[in-house]
Amino acid sequence: MALTGLFLCIFLIAHLAGNLQLLDMSPGGQLKFNAYAKFMTTFPLVKAVSYLLYASILFHAFDGLLLAMQNRKARPIKYAYEKANASSKWFSRQMALLGTLVLVFIVIHMKQFWYEMHWGPLGMDADGNKDLYTLVAFSFTQLWYVVLYVIMMGVLAFHLMHGFASAFQSLGLNHPRYMPIIKNVGVFFAVIVPIFFALIPVWMFINA
Amino acid sequence: MGNMKLTLKIWRQNGPKAKGELNTYPVNDVSEDMSFLEMLDVLNDDLVRKGEEPIAFDHDCREGICGSCSLFINGEAHGPGRMITTCQLHMRKFKDGDTIHVEPWRAEAFPVIKDLAVDRGAFDRIQAAGGFVSVNTSGNLVDGNAVPIPKADADTAFDAATCIGCGACVATCTNSSAMLFVAAKVSQFALLPQGKPEAKRRVLAMVEQMDKEGFGNCSNTGACEVECPKGISLEHIARMNREYLAASVTKE
Ligand code: HEM
Ligand code: SF4
Ligand code: FES
Repeated sequence: MALTGLFLCIFLIAHLAGNLQLLDMSPGGQLKFNAYAKFMTTFPLVKAVSYLLYASILFHAFDGLLLAMQNRKARPIKYAYEKANASSKWFSRQMALLGTLVLVFIVIHMKQFWYEMHWGPLGMDADGNKDLYTLVAFSFTQLWYVVLYVIMMGVLAFHLMHGFASAFQSLGLNHPRYMPIIKNVGVFFAVIVPIFFALIPVWMFINA
Repeated sequence: MGNMKLTLKIWRQNGPKAKGELNTYPVNDVSEDMSFLEMLDVLNDDLVRKGEEPIAFDHDCREGICGSCSLFINGEAHGPGRMITTCQLHMRKFKDGDTIHVEPWRAEAFPVIKDLAVDRGAFDRIQAAGGFVSVNTSGNLVDGNAVPIPKADADTAFDAATCIGCGACVATCTNSSAMLFVAAKVSQFALLPQGKPEAKRRVLAMVEQMDKEGFGNCSNTGACEVECPKGISLEHIARMNREYLAASVTKE
């Protein structure tokens, strides 16, 4: 869980860095983004890492849900009256629910862009690359997509709010001097990364 | 003497297989200086006088050191208040007229024996799986104090050893995980030279037994550390994770 979770966190940084190019909505930006998308789907090393990524998502999701199912069985009779918030955060207890929502989002998101990039009927841009940019820009003229993306980034934020520091604890990396730093970095990461992701559809919607 | 009137909603269950339910009991004459267990004594006294079955609950030392007393009180393990057991919980934490829910520890691995008493034998079996050091008692025993131990290690080992095996960590955990208890028992030996020779075997055996008993998986919510009456730290869980990972990859 921890290793795949942290790998997915690193992936988020790389994915975000690439996507921020979308903020440049000039014709030059369009060509640059399409060239980048071509590189990401054809360069062998990137392809190898992307297979590792698919495997990680699947493993992380299956293992997470398996653990969550075992955990439910560990308490067959629930408390009639429980003040769970007195001792832990709600998002720490709801990692499986938050993760499942993220999974649903990943499926929608991959169908929308990844599938279309690989097998969909995409037009070509002036440089002869598949015009993924226009598909993205068109998608984000639809308000409900923008709203969905923003909400889902909120869900991701809470998953990471617990997940980032949790992964270090799972790996045994808890030291009185460093744990406060890890926790602060985790909160910072959990807030900043989803905000920047959410900024892209909002920006494209406003500037369409 | 008593000045508080309370309404208690208490889990009653005749035996391990019986169906249980929350019953309502009014208690008058509760003094704020009573402990929670003394308040239950008053209620039981009342029930016995009326010819009813008294409520079964665990207790022994009544001074926070044995770990017998349990009880999930108003939604929290050992009730409101931090770093205390139920025997150390005073009625001044409640107000006249309050309704108080009292339930047993809830976990598949802690089956109810009767009413509020649960079987924590799973903890004993985990301990028996590896929570010990094998010492030679055939006459050439080494004086423990002759082995130099860094003060910081001795202190941390002692902190871990203060775990009283009460099970509040399991009761409060949304996953019914026993990681804090097992981590404390692993750490108290792992930090000391006497515990080193059997360290790998110990952590693997204790974790294996923990999983066999049907406790849930730790997802690091941190609730155990908050509710633990002895303030056992999550750092011990991280230490056990380190020990476990290292032992898993280097075992013969
Ligand atoms: C971009 C996507 C994701 C990232 C970056 C991510 C990251 C993380 C991290 C760092 C952890 C902490 C691991 C640990 O404590 O050892 C975690 C835990 C968890 N994740 Fe994810 N995750 C993602 C997607 C998902 C998905 C799709 C699911 C599936 C349903 C999921 C389910 C879970 C569950 C159930 C846990 C708690 C497991 C436990 O601690 O025992 N996550 N995640
Ligand atoms: S770790 Fe704390 S809560 Fe858990 S059994 Fe030991 S003393 Fe009780
Ligand atoms: S009765 Fe011994 S700790 Fe409460």
